[in-house]
Amino acid sequence: MGWVDTIVQGILLGGLFALFALGLAVIYGVMKLINIAHGDFIVLGAYLALGISGAMHRSPFVVLPLVIVVFMLFGYVLQRTILNRTLGRDLLVPLVVTYGISVVIQNVLLQTTSADSRSLKVGGIETASISLPGGLAIGWLPLITLLTALAATALLEWIFNHTRLGIAFRAASDDRETANLMGVDDLRLYGYATAIALGVVAVAALFMGIKFEFTPDIGPNFLLYAFEAVVIGGLGSFWGTFLGGIVLGVAQAIGFALDPGWGILLGHLVFLAVLVLRPSGLIPRSSVA
Amino acid sequence: MLQVRGLTAFYGDFQALFGVDFEIDDGERVALVGANGAGKSTLLRSIAGTLRSTRDAIVFDGRPIGDVPAAEVARLGIALVPEGRRLFPSLTVEENLRAGGLGDRHGPWTLERVYELFPMLREKRNASATALSGGQQQMCAIGRALMANPRLLLCDEISLGLAPAVVKQVYAALEQVCAAGQAVVLVEQDVELARSTTERIVCLLHGRVTLSGRSRELQREAISHAYFGV
Repeated sequence: MGWVDTIVQGILLGGLFALFALGLAVIYGVMKLINIAHGDFIVLGAYLALGISGAMHRSPFVVLPLVIVVFMLFGYVLQRTILNRTLGRDLLVPLVVTYGISVVIQNVLLQTTSADSRSLKVGGIETASISLPGGLAIGWLPLITLLTALAATALLEWIFNHTRLGIAFRAASDDRETANLMGVDDLRLYGYATAIALGVVAVAALFMGIKFEFTPDIGPNFLLYAFEAVVIGGLGSFWGTFLGGIVLGVAQAIGFALDPGWGILLGHLVFLAVLVLRPSGLIPRSSVA
Repeated sequence: MLQVRGLTAFYGDFQALFGVDFEIDDGERVALVGANGAGKSTLLRSIAGTLRSTRDAIVFDGRPIGDVPAAEVARLGIALVPEGRRLFPSLTVEENLRAGGLGDRHGPWTLERVYELFPMLREKRNASATALSGGQQQMCAIGRALMANPRLLLCDEISLGLAPAVVKQVYAALEQVCAAGQAVVLVEQDVELARSTTERIVCLLHGRVTLSGRSRELQREAISHAYFGV
């Protein structure tokens, strides 16, 4: 009973972590770029959803498509103007540049929106839940989040495995120079990858903003969860990333059940355990999807 | 179709090509021979655009392409079968072939035609490219280049490390490729093989062209002199 509930809640929480992680996995998977600003993009997306829904007097759910489109354009332009210049042999350059972007986003948000905490309001669905036999209750919002994460994972898998764009992504990831020989313009391709990643980030931002109170400086927490989910899952497929999110969510839920102070710590410990025992993750890259 | 004039190439401070002249016409087959380090691969890489050179050093269909990026050169109709095959390891055989078609050039070569040329690739279409034998990998690499429907096909050491029977198979397939009207440049270590399968031979030594002539007319001694420089 109690443990079943804990694990179910953990899986639901894991859906949100999976959404956090997918965008990071796309960018790393295609161009080996670790985006330190990833968590700040999630926070930025939440503020954008807040602003647009406030200006249009519509629910954040209704304005989500607009936020997605804006973020995809932002991702493409960011990649083509800044991030492409950081790619090369030195892995430190993109780390430093995205760290800088992270600092810029946090400070711009602080200047323009103040340090007050905000959240996205969606009219009661936040607290609505379904009662299941056995005293189990599943919140609508976590359930929708989990289903959205599943859908986003399936969509990314489809793009990467069953479209020409996906073949180009994987080919460029394997061997950039040889992909060029196939007529693939890698710099434009990376623009598309970041556009897709930030589209998913916009979705993650919505659910984050509904679940959490957010402030301009909270992004790095989400980066950490996303990073842990990606590492736990391995880079073999987006289902691995999804699974990584779920494992992290369940670990945190079990930790919280043991002691309220242990939740996040247990998540980190599971991450470290995976790093030590199975460093290539649950679904490693070599297993071709 | 393709003219190379006074091409120089550098890897850092090391100069690999010293003013190379080279040309090939539509539908022609030319062998590029020479010892290791003579600059054969460098010449192919320069033509394909993975090594940038000066704008006017390479002219394709009247258009200078020396400084054009590789992706754009590929879209113009030059395909390279790279040394060591360089198949995409996380793609299946069929995906590797489809990757060759990403440049959106249409023509006689389709997935179906490539499978007719190399039937064993059809059997292994869903296998990882790394699961193929060396000969099959080479066929996959050639098929991938053909999927781009190139007007000029550059093949870098496609017989390297293959059993003689497999080499025969690969070269038989190339005959069919030429029948489709594509021009082919072959880098080949085996001079006899190069002579019997091409119309013209160009020999490189230390980054310079030391001999060029019709394959059937060149004397063995002249080739080995040009090859070794002795």
